[in-house]
Amino acid sequence: MKFVTAIIKPFKLDEVREALSAIGVTGLTVTEVKGFGRQKGHTELYRGAEYVVDFLPKVKVEVAIKAELLERVIEAIEKAANTGKIGDGKIFVTSLEQVVRIRTGESGPDAL
Amino acid sequence: MKKLFASLGLALALLSPGMTLAQDAAAPAPAPAAEAVVVETPAVEAVAVEEVAAPAAEAAPAAEAAPVAAPTPNKGDTTWMLTATILVIMMSIPGLALFYGGLVRSKNMLSVLMQVFTIFALISVLWVVYGYSLAFTPGNAFFGGFDRVLLKGIFDPTTNGVANAATFSKGVYIPEFAFVAFQATFAAITVALIVGAFAERMKFSAVLLFSTLWFTFAYIPMAHMVWFWPGPDAITDQAAYDAAMASSGYLFAKGALDFAGGTVVHINAAIAGLVGAFVIGKRVGYGKEPMTPHSLTMTMIGASLLWVGWFGFNAGSALEAGGTATLAFVNTLAATAAATLTWMLAEWMIKGKPSMLGAVSGAVAGLVAITPACGWVGVGGALIIGALAGVICLWGVNGLKKLLGADDALDVFGIHGIGGILGALLTGVFNSWSLGGAGIPDYVNNTFVTTEIGTQLWIQAQAVGVALLWSGVVAFICYKVVDLIVGLRVPEESEREGLDVTQHGERAYSM
Repeated sequence: MKFVTAIIKPFKLDEVREALSAIGVTGLTVTEVKGFGRQKGHTELYRGAEYVVDFLPKVKVEVAIKAELLERVIEAIEKAANTGKIGDGKIFVTSLEQVVRIRTGESGPDAL
Repeated sequence: MKKLFASLGLALALLSPGMTLAQDAAAPAPAPAAEAVVVETPAVEAVAVEEVAAPAAEAAPAAEAAPVAAPTPNKGDTTWMLTATILVIMMSIPGLALFYGGLVRSKNMLSVLMQVFTIFALISVLWVVYGYSLAFTPGNAFFGGFDRVLLKGIFDPTTNGVANAATFSKGVYIPEFAFVAFQATFAAITVALIVGAFAERMKFSAVLLFSTLWFTFAYIPMAHMVWFWPGPDAITDQAAYDAAMASSGYLFAKGALDFAGGTVVHINAAIAGLVGAFVIGKRVGYGKEPMTPHSLTMTMIGASLLWVGWFGFNAGSALEAGGTATLAFVNTLAATAAATLTWMLAEWMIKGKPSMLGAVSGAVAGLVAITPACGWVGVGGALIIGALAGVICLWGVNGLKKLLGADDALDVFGIHGIGGILGALLTGVFNSWSLGGAGIPDYVNNTFVTTEIGTQLWIQAQAVGVALLWSGVVAFICYKVVDLIVGLRVPEESEREGLDVTQHGERAYSM
C-alpha cells in the first residue's frame, strides 16, 4: 500500500479529484495549506504599508492506494494539476504500513 | 500638574448631578485652552478690522426666549432635520465602526466596534447633560453657559410646546430638540473618529475617560467658537450685527466659514488622534509584523454607509430643507466621487494597482474635504476640492506618515487632518463669486456678498491654526491625565493576544 500526498494549486482540486475518480480512487482527504517554494510570494499594499506575503495558499490532497495503482495515480495527478507554470506543486509518495476501516474493523488492502 | 487635576475635577463636577457645583466650577473652565489662543490673538485682531460684512458658519442659535407668539417651524424643515440626524447616527454606528473595524486585525475587531459604539452612547448622554448647553448657549467666546443643562427650558409641559432654534434664514426656525439631536450626533462621531489613531492598543477604560475629558475641553469649545451665534433675526442694522457678533463664538465672529465641521469635527479629531499616536506609542511589532486589514469588505460597507450618512451631515447643516441644503448635497456627491477617482488613479500610477482600500479612502478624504465647503462653494469648486483631496490625502498616508513617524493606526490624521485642513483652506478660496462660490449672507442689508479670496483664506488659516493648537494641547493634557489615573495602554501580552479577548472577553469570529 502507498500513501500519496500531493500539493497542488487550489483551483486544480476539482480536476485532480475527477482524474482520480476516473482511475478508481474512491476516497481522498483535502486540506487547505500554505507554503513557500520557488513560486515565491507577492506584495500587498495597504495605503502606505507594504507587506511581502511569503506563504501562498495551496491544497494538500492525500490518498491511500494499493501499490499497483501508484503509477496511474501519479500520472493522473500530474496531468490534472499541471499548468506548466511555477507553483504547480509536488507529489510525495510513502509506503503505508497499515489501514483500518473503523466501522467494520477490516484492515490492510481490504480497508482501502 | 495641579492644572491637570483641576481640569479633571471640573470634568467630574460636570458629570455629577449637582448643578450648583457644576456652575461654581464653571469659571476656570477655559483655562487650559485659553493659553493656546492667546498666541493667536495679535495677528487675529489686525485682520478683524478689515473684515467685510456678515460671516456665517453653522448656526448655534440660542433658543428664542419664548416671546409673545412663537412662530411655528415648518414641518418639512423639521422632517428633514430629523432625517438628517438619523443619517448622521448611521455614520457612527455602524458606518465608522465598520470602516475602522475592517482595517484592524481580527483579534481587535470587537474592540474597535465597541469603542465607537460606546463613545456614541457616552457622548449622547454627556451632550444632553451639559454638552449642548456649554456649546450652544451664550457665554464667552470659547464656552457657552449652563442655561440648557439637562436641556432645561426647551420643553414646556404646560403647553407641550418646544422652544425654537434659529437657522441661517431670518424668520425660519426648527424645534430646538431637532437642533440638539442633530448636534449630538456631530459631537459623538467626532470623538469616535479619534479611536482610529490609537486602535489596537489602548485600554477600554482609558478610551472612555479620554473621550469624556477631550469632549469637554476640546470639542465643546471648538463647537462654540465656530458655530455659536445668536441667530439672524435680531440683525437689522450694523449696531445689531456688531452686538450679535460680540456674543458669538470666537471664530464665528472672526468670519471663519465651516459649513458642516471641517475644523470642529475633522481637524479637531485628527490632531487629537495624532497626539495620541505619539503619546501612546507604536503598536507592538509595528513595522516588523504584518498588520493587514482583516476585512476590507467591512471597510467598504462602512465607507459606503459613511458616504450615504454624510448627506445628512452636510446637507443637514443647512438647518432647513432649502436650496442651500441641495447645494451641499450635490457638492457632497461630486467632491466625493472626484476624490475616489483621483486617489485610485494616483495609486494606480504610483503603486501599480488600483485598490479597493484606495477607492474608499479616497471617498472618505473627499467627504472630509468638502465638509467645511459644501454650502459655501459651487459645484466646480467642489470637484476641484475633491480631486485635490484624493491625491493630497494619499500623500498624507504615505509620505507625510513616514515623515511624522507616529503609528496613527488607521490614518486619522492623514485623511481627516489633511483633508480637513485642505477643505477648510479651500473653502476660503472657492467661496468667492469669481470662482463660482456662494458668497456669504449680509444680514444687515438682507442680501448676499462675495468674500475676498486673500482675506478669507487668512481667516480660514487662523481657524485651522486655532483648531490644531487648542485640540492638540488639550488632547496632550487629557492623555497624560488618563495615563496617571488608569494607564493608557494594555500590557504587551494582552496586546499580542488581542483586545477582544483581553478587554472584552469575547471574539468577533468563531470559525
